[in-house]
Amino acid sequence: MQEVKKSSASAWLVWLILIPIFLAIPFVLEKGISQYYLYLAIKVMVWALFAMSFNLALGYGGMMSFGHAAFFGIGAYTCSLLLIKTSCPLVLAFAAATFAAAAAGLIIGYLSVRIKGIFFFATITLSFAQLAYILVFKWRSFTFGDDGIQGIPVPEMISTDETYIKYYFFALVITVICIYLLWKTVRSPFGLMLRSLRENPERAVFFGMKVENYRLIAFVISAFFSGVAGVLYAFLETAIAPDILFWSMSGEVILMSVLGGMHVFLGPAIGAAIMVLLNTFITSYTEYWPLCLGITLILIVLFFPGGVAGLIHERYTIWRKKKAT
Amino acid sequence: MAILEIKGLRKSFGGLAAVAGVDLEVQDGHIDSIIGPNGAGKSTLFNLISGYYPCDGGQVFFKGKDITGLTPQKRVKMGMGRSFQVTNIFPKLTVFENIQATIIYRIGKGINFFSDVRKYAAEEIEEILSMVELIEQADDMAGILSAGDRKRLEMGIVLATAPDLLLLDEPTCGMSPAETSNTIELIKKIAQDKSLTVLFTEHKMDMVFSISSRITVMNFGAIIAAGKPDDIRANEKVQQIYFGENRCSSK
Repeated sequence: MQEVKKSSASAWLVWLILIPIFLAIPFVLEKGISQYYLYLAIKVMVWALFAMSFNLALGYGGMMSFGHAAFFGIGAYTCSLLLIKTSCPLVLAFAAATFAAAAAGLIIGYLSVRIKGIFFFATITLSFAQLAYILVFKWRSFTFGDDGIQGIPVPEMISTDETYIKYYFFALVITVICIYLLWKTVRSPFGLMLRSLRENPERAVFFGMKVENYRLIAFVISAFFSGVAGVLYAFLETAIAPDILFWSMSGEVILMSVLGGMHVFLGPAIGAAIMVLLNTFITSYTEYWPLCLGITLILIVLFFPGGVAGLIHERYTIWRKKKAT
Repeated sequence: MAILEIKGLRKSFGGLAAVAGVDLEVQDGHIDSIIGPNGAGKSTLFNLISGYYPCDGGQVFFKGKDITGLTPQKRVKMGMGRSFQVTNIFPKLTVFENIQATIIYRIGKGINFFSDVRKYAAEEIEEILSMVELIEQADDMAGILSAGDRKRLEMGIVLATAPDLLLLDEPTCGMSPAETSNTIELIKKIAQDKSLTVLFTEHKMDMVFSISSRITVMNFGAIIAAGKPDDIRANEKVQQIYFGENRCSSK
């Protein structure tokens, strides 16, 4: 019990340092350097949320989903289409989009969670996501097909026309709320259930757990938050194309989770930051970005299988043990 | 009263009859055992009783109810807990969490998203951990425990399901002689304290004879003898297949 108190005290300290930093970031970046850097910061945030949502399925639930781009894309498309085709207010469009993503998660999840084995689970989720991609790509009259949607009417309040500062705070608040909810979830009794079935589904069955139900709930939550990330992405770019449902997007969050460390809560966020920034800066020097990414990944998997955050966590634990003795 | 009753249970894999028509009764409050050479069908029988495999024929009654077609989860809920021959725990959870996960599920708090899991069921967890003598290791990762500790942790997980019937598949497998006798005492004590019925399979004869009220001997998927320890010891057929040169191989 003592330790719980101590850790909550140090948590407050971390917040005391973090809050001013997050408040200062937009002003320093946009006014100090350039607007583009603030745009990048928001992009990192959106991808971090997407990767962390995804990791609820992979890192905590042990479900290797290869179809999360579908939820991201369905979130983005639902919100954009509602704003373009109806006079629906922002809040409603936002809520509808996330629920559409969760509903897609429910359908795909229901048909997938019974499948045993990482490979088969990845394959079936991939197939469903590609189905969603084709649907968006081909259904011209409804989704504008491969033209995509340009000029999403983002409300004045959070518009990015002149400055990204307003949108930064909007995205920050939503991301922080979502991450907080995910944090509560993984630390809750439900989170423990999830980790136990990741570790050993057979044992979980023999303490009485209906494993499929728990997998499905986790999958739907994961899809819901991926949908939120999709909406944030659509507002940031103000233009979307069917590409965001393509399988390579699903692959990217997997890479982010592995790179950052899927067994540490913030790991995927770190992975997202590394990938987005490397992508941006390396592509400005060389067109062989995927080559660099590939080499980085091979090195990580070979030498730090726990990912970057896993490595930090491991060092920290060793350091704390040393300090204690 | 018989808490567990098996009638004509059958299971084949390919052409091989792993369990070929087994009848068995376990009386409430007894500690009974099933022995037999490797491949005799003991583990398969356990897997049929606990619902791990569907059976090809026959019936299983638990507490007087026919449970033949029920899922493993429903059997657990009715009070049947089992351990596995190859130890089955949650390696990357702490010892504490291993027990906690089980209890949280049992008390129906599994779908709770917002409360802090660390505060749950600490008392009951401590009780179970001290019962299986793992209280010192509560904060260790389960995966780094020694083989004997793991076996006891699994027993703890099974106890956390609050069972009435404990099915233990080779509970002392891989243990040293000292650990083995310790575990025997432990099983006896727990069964007494919690008034449990225990059915276990075993290779080590000393253990079987010292605590069983009734022993069933299996070979080639069928029962060849059943009775009190002294009767089994005197049984000629058993001596032939079991106590020959190849006495109790402990893996």
